[in-house]
Amino acid sequence: MLNTLQAPTTTDSVLRVEGLKAYYQMNYFGVRREVRAVDDVSLTINRNEIYGIAGESSSGKSSLIKTIAGAITPPLRVVEGSVKFDFGGRALDVYADPQAMKAARWQNLSYIMQGSMNVLNPVRRVKHAFHDFAFKHMGISQSAFRSRVEQHLHRIGLDPRVLESFPHQLSGGMRQRLTIALATVCEPDFIIADEPTTALDVLVQQDVLALIKDIQQRMGASIIFVTHDMTVHAAIADRIGIVYAGRLVEEGPTLDVFRRPQHPYTAHLISSLPRIGDNKKRSALPGKPPNLADPPSGCRFHPRCPLAVDKCRSENPPLVVRQTGRVACWRAGEVQAA
Amino acid sequence: MFKILRDMLRYNVEFAIGFVLTLSIFLFALAHFWAPLPDTAIYLLPPDMPPSAQYWFGTTSRGQDVLWQMSSAIWNTMLFGLTVTVLSRLLAVAVGMLSGYLGGRWDQALMTLNDTMIALPNIPILLLVYFVMRDSMSWPVLAATAALLGWNYDARLIRSVTLSLRNREFTRHAVFAGMSVPQILVRQHLPYVMPVIFFTAMNNLIWAIGLEVTLSVLGFSDINRPTIGGMIYWANQHQAIIAGIWWWIAFPIIAIVLLFLGLFLLAISVNEYIDPRSRLSRMGA
Amino acid sequence: MDGFAKYLGRRLFQFFLVIFLGVSLAFLITNLSPVDPVEQSVALMTNFGATDPRSVELMRQALQELYGLQGSMLDQYLAFWGRVIRGDFGPSLSAFPTPVMSLIMSALPWTIGLLTLSLVITWTLGNLLGALAGYYRSNLLLKFSGAAVMALHPVPAYIIGLCLLLAFGFIWPILPISGGAQMNLQPGLTLDYLRSLIVHGTLPALTLVLVGLGSWFISMRSLVSNIVTDDHVVYAELGGVSSNTIFSQYVARNALLPQLTGLALSLGNVFGGAVITEFLFNYPGVGRLMIQGIYRGDYALVLGVTTISIIAVAVAVFIIDLIYPLIDPRVRLS
Ligand SMILES: Nc1ncnc2c1ncn2[C@@H]1O[C@H](COP(=O)(O)OP(=O)(O)O)[C@@H](O)[C@H]1O
Ligand code: SF4
Ligand SMILES: [Mg+2]
Repeated sequence: MLNTLQAPTTTDSVLRVEGLKAYYQMNYFGVRREVRAVDDVSLTINRNEIYGIAGESSSGKSSLIKTIAGAITPPLRVVEGSVKFDFGGRALDVYADPQAMKAARWQNLSYIMQGSMNVLNPVRRVKHAFHDFAFKHMGISQSAFRSRVEQHLHRIGLDPRVLESFPHQLSGGMRQRLTIALATVCEPDFIIADEPTTALDVLVQQDVLALIKDIQQRMGASIIFVTHDMTVHAAIADRIGIVYAGRLVEEGPTLDVFRRPQHPYTAHLISSLPRIGDNKKRSALPGKPPNLADPPSGCRFHPRCPLAVDKCRSENPPLVVRQTGRVACWRAGEVQAA
Repeated sequence: MFKILRDMLRYNVEFAIGFVLTLSIFLFALAHFWAPLPDTAIYLLPPDMPPSAQYWFGTTSRGQDVLWQMSSAIWNTMLFGLTVTVLSRLLAVAVGMLSGYLGGRWDQALMTLNDTMIALPNIPILLLVYFVMRDSMSWPVLAATAALLGWNYDARLIRSVTLSLRNREFTRHAVFAGMSVPQILVRQHLPYVMPVIFFTAMNNLIWAIGLEVTLSVLGFSDINRPTIGGMIYWANQHQAIIAGIWWWIAFPIIAIVLLFLGLFLLAISVNEYIDPRSRLSRMGA
Repeated sequence: MDGFAKYLGRRLFQFFLVIFLGVSLAFLITNLSPVDPVEQSVALMTNFGATDPRSVELMRQALQELYGLQGSMLDQYLAFWGRVIRGDFGPSLSAFPTPVMSLIMSALPWTIGLLTLSLVITWTLGNLLGALAGYYRSNLLLKFSGAAVMALHPVPAYIIGLCLLLAFGFIWPILPISGGAQMNLQPGLTLDYLRSLIVHGTLPALTLVLVGLGSWFISMRSLVSNIVTDDHVVYAELGGVSSNTIFSQYVARNALLPQLTGLALSLGNVFGGAVITEFLFNYPGVGRLMIQGIYRGDYALVLGVTTISIIAVAVAVFIIDLIYPLIDPRVRLS
């Protein structure tokens, strides 16, 4: 934790993650394996903010966000660090008080998990899901609850009749919208979403993004969401954090990160985005993503980094404040997005 | 293979117990080759002797040593079981892999046939076969009949594994490289199907031994060839329970229960080891 | 609705296919065998005295006609179907001249009753225990009962039945070990008769339950431990849904579907267990009837019981197929 400096914090933060380490620890037939999927991550999220987490596949995005949501099951375990929420003066330490955490779910905090098209129970009608998840938090009568849910669906652009359907009767896009409706019906303070749009086709994706942004503005909620798709970040995130091999390597306001990436990996991510009127062939990053069971020493990006120097191989660069954000690189700022 | 065995023995208690049980029963059965008297001989020993230092498990009303009878009986029973298992594996693998690999109409036709066979009650059909064959019935014929009836559950399992291999990269490569269907199935797919075959074989063996016991208890087999069920059959014929010759029935029952327990423990621990789902989640995919 | 019609069509086709193949198989087995049933029966009859060659010849012809063994193979095959459809398998040799069919019909209710009762108990209890054991993984009591049930499961019905018979018939004789009801009681809806039915059915039913419990337990437990990692269950846990609701509505309800299919697939095997159990406890069902038929060389009876068993199992499977869509909305409304 010594080598992590806090970002400038406002008093208006909703979520503070400090020195978080979460590993998959497996022991099977005498073979031990430890995958360091979240390795010393600290970040802060403000009220009313949309924070995007980017990074290539298997870099640990889902693991990070699951750990934040208190949604981990063995073999994934929190090894060190803390996750603390502050819902308008009411503090909640996710890993210190499981009881309070349970009470806060859906009321203050909801989670849209990866592959959320399959989160609805295949053998029950959709209305039961709303009842099971939300009814007890509302403190209203059955019939008032029903009309509240119908209203909510209506606003989201879903026909309330879907409540009487079974999941298999609905399209993927509809189910995705339904899970978003389910996660927002209690108007929580904080929404955690893992790849909420990945499985959708582009048009539906636009719709769903607009929907999320709209809900966030109306309810004044904060959102942390994950996607490997940089264009989605560009569209809705206020700030983004870049994850590489289980570590946060750069963070900053979306516009700044896109304009002036400080970390060579971020620069690569941005330069490989397709641009209108530009047919130049993009250079692929050499090498493979690191194996998190046995990550490279020093800066984990060094085997693939065009700027790597000797120091990078032996010493891990700390995440330090630089300009409007934070970056972890010995040669921060020396690259420019092509 | 040897390393897997060693790891399983070391880290899986169920496997270790099952392995030891099965192995000791097997060794006990093997001992019948050194039996002092031929196993079909009757009335050579004093009948109805309770367990003693001389006759550890006592003697039968037919003047046989229960210990040596059991040794032969387990051997014969296991031999029957293994024959059924091997024969029915051949059928299950052939039908399952072909069905899974060919897919489409073939798959549909083979699986419809398969489900039809599953819905037929085995025991009445076996009994009918025994009834019409009567004296020309020998244990290999019975084993072949049982094998014909005992492959369909497993063919389904094997099919589903093959089905998942069908669209893999290496299958397409093999097709382009001009390998024939049998070649692809045997060289490319069989190694992946092997664990399922092994697991179903354990269960099938248990089923086949149970079948043998059942049929010979009723006297529907060669009653002069000692088997576990046959021993109980003779004990019943001589009213051993009423006459108080409990050892004639108790020891065969204990032996067969131990054998079943051993095989069953092997089957479930092997299943746990090869179950792709639990294995994947442990290895972290 | 279209999907449902398709489902129904498929099941109906399978139903008729099972009956067609099963009955044909029974015919084939009896016809391809080296043993001539007529000669066998004649030999059996002449053992009791009738040795006049003329009357033997007459008997031979009568039997051939009775068993439909005249004419070409195809004629015989068609004749056999005719008899199956009419439900006429000729007179029983061992209970001459009672028709085989009326023997079967008086035995069938016993088997159906015993099997239905024990199957319902086995399936419900095995699945309940298995589901609980899969969901509450660390509960010691469940672990222990699970181990007991699993250890019994590979042991054949005869051995379990024999142990029960020894235990409750000889060592601690509190239950009748033979028959379906007390001999001297008039069958009817009297309290005494029902009591006698229950007492006599206890050991056979217990045998079948103990034999069957393990496989339901094992498959349900592994189903449930897979289902608890399914997205919809994980999500419900994160949504703070109560664990009772999750267990019954999210886990068990989904796991029941494959178990119902499994029930249909298992019936053929379960029937085999019933045959042995009935024989052991001298229970007056079709299983005992068949084994008696074999001991007495009663060709018509053995063939008749086999054929009727095949048809009865197929009907039972079809009934379960009809129940399935009531539980799975994906079949009902697709
Ligand atoms: N259940 C698991 N058991 C073991 N390792 C896992 C498990 N789930 C994910 N991992 C490993 O953790 C790392 C991060 O995975 P994940 O968080 O899913 O990445 P992302 O969401 O960025 O694609 C990967 O190396 C992956 O192999
Ligand atoms: S620390 Fe070194 S290796 Fe790591 S990103 Fe910066 S320059 Fe590259
Ligand atoms: Mg992910």
